[in-house]
Amino acid sequence: MARAARILLAKPGLDGHDRGIKVVARALRDAGYEVIYTGLHQTPEMIVAAAVQEDVDAIGLSILSGAHNVLFPRIAALLRERGVGDIVVFGGGIIPEEDMPGLVAAGIGRIFNPGTSLAEIVRWVGEHVRPRGVTA
Amino acid sequence: METPSGIPVKAVYTADDLAGLPEAGSPGRPGEYPYTRGIHPTMYRGRLWTMRQFAGFGAAEDTNRRFHYLLEHGQTGLSVAFDMPTLMGYDSDHPRALGEVGREGVAVDSLADMEVLFEGIPLDRVTASMTINAPANILLAMYVAMADRQGIPRDRLGGTTQTDMLKEFIAQKEWIVPPRPSLRLIQDMLVFGTRELPRWNVISISGYHIREAGSTAVQELAFTLSDGIAYVEAGLAAGLELDAFAPRLSFFFDVHNDFFEEIAKFRAARRMWARIMRERFGSREPRSWWLRTHAQTAGVSLTAQQPLNNIARVALQALAAVLGGTQSLHTNSMDETYSLPTEEAVTVALRTQQILAHESGVPATVDPLGGSYFVETLTSQMEEAAWEYIRRIDDLGGMVAAVEAGYPQREIAEASYRFQLQVERRERIIVGVNEFAVAEEPVIPTLRIDPEVELRQVSRTREVRSGRDGARADRCLSALRRAAEGHDNTMEHVLECVRAYATLGEICDVFRGVYGEYREPAVV
Repeated sequence: MARAARILLAKPGLDGHDRGIKVVARALRDAGYEVIYTGLHQTPEMIVAAAVQEDVDAIGLSILSGAHNVLFPRIAALLRERGVGDIVVFGGGIIPEEDMPGLVAAGIGRIFNPGTSLAEIVRWVGEHVRPRGVTA
Repeated sequence: METPSGIPVKAVYTADDLAGLPEAGSPGRPGEYPYTRGIHPTMYRGRLWTMRQFAGFGAAEDTNRRFHYLLEHGQTGLSVAFDMPTLMGYDSDHPRALGEVGREGVAVDSLADMEVLFEGIPLDRVTASMTINAPANILLAMYVAMADRQGIPRDRLGGTTQTDMLKEFIAQKEWIVPPRPSLRLIQDMLVFGTRELPRWNVISISGYHIREAGSTAVQELAFTLSDGIAYVEAGLAAGLELDAFAPRLSFFFDVHNDFFEEIAKFRAARRMWARIMRERFGSREPRSWWLRTHAQTAGVSLTAQQPLNNIARVALQALAAVLGGTQSLHTNSMDETYSLPTEEAVTVALRTQQILAHESGVPATVDPLGGSYFVETLTSQMEEAAWEYIRRIDDLGGMVAAVEAGYPQREIAEASYRFQLQVERRERIIVGVNEFAVAEEPVIPTLRIDPEVELRQVSRTREVRSGRDGARADRCLSALRRAAEGHDNTMEHVLECVRAYATLGEICDVFRGVYGEYREPAVV
């Protein structure tokens, strides 16, 4: 039996709005994932270091301060630099529709907008996140 | 059926419901203790609430333009939103500020920015509310330094710094140093404010962020009043006379969709604070018993789906705030689930208040719902539920100890998860989200912050640092460090630092050096 996928949830940047990410953390945990939450005010470097150290399969990011266009792509780029570009990255927060294509092009698998149901996030993660190094 | 706070709601209320509740049967008159029906006898007949739209984005000149626009359109007070680096005590050129400058508020790094921010604004005639907490002492010092330079007497400066660090640790999570030294810096501000700024509200005790983080209305009420108790205790511990500073404490509440629960919350809050001040602290000054409050409609209640619906939500919430008897109101803009508001969206939000004020007839009668079987019952039930929380917090050793133990943080996380599960199960309907959804969402214009802002702001701050008398700035920062290490009031030293154009980041580094940085245990 394969191990449960490990998911790192992180708040990059300086905003302290953590209601959404905490709710998502509990939903993913209830769905059987192993969830590691980094806490607030993380730099891209700190998040990538934690992802490598914890050997996670996916990273979920949340930003409500408008810094997503700078910080999300930076995290995706750092993952590739560290040779772990296969870690799935997804995100959410106050993110205008028009920014989403650019973020997806930068390597973010999916951006969830406000009002997304937990069921939809859990379903997407179920379809896109597998334990790395395990061939299906 | 029950309210979102879990208070059961019956189909019909009668006089029998009031009989079981000692206070509910006789809510008294507006302007009389315990002020259930309002702190003033004439309320909005005497003076309308202040229409205070929260604004701030980009660099100081961008926000200054928005301030002038809002004042020209009938807004009656200013309210400043600062960006994340400013809230966290970092200058715009700090590596951690990357991507954040001017995005969720205005960047203020030094007195030079503050002067641009308020250019052309008469500081003695317009009151300014500043949503700033961890570095509130620095922003207040900048405001005072600016007014001093313009020759405006300090006793004519009216306004508010939020300064509510307890709610930061509970909910908003923008901090610099740990809770206890944070409270010490607030004590220094309280002493300075009481002595120098008789019209300034040094602390605005804020339930807004507690609610936005996911609390129920009852938790918002209870935690906010408990925070207020902690600040009164801090002021007394600093050696202040109770009635010298208590009248300047003000409040800030959220207004959500559940109409009657929100109205009852304001009524209960006034009654409870009056009790706390008179009975718990023994205040003899009626002005200390008044719970004066600003209110803001609930940002978190707005939806990205069918954003025009948000106009209706905001109108409903604004009406609840006015029926609840707020002194000041911010109405959110329909586009805030996407970005900071556009000029058009903020105008609709302001017009919503003006329609309430001038077309609805609602302000003509004081507390028009007073005596309603339902509203009086709900007010008393919310009060009872909130006292229960306050007793629990007292048992934990007060709010500072409760925050250190993570108690309110856990209660809020529980409540927000519970709420989300209700939405998932469609036990709560959110129009346009889990019911009445459409396949094709309308696209609305949003405000874009030019990435150039960050570059311009970074170079201005570097120019300020290279252009100032460096030795003077260093001397002031060293004197501040000694005060922070010892027992001298830090406020005068912060004032000297800002006058010497020491930056916000440099001043905060002094505090970080002396007290350490706060890190929250990462718990879900």
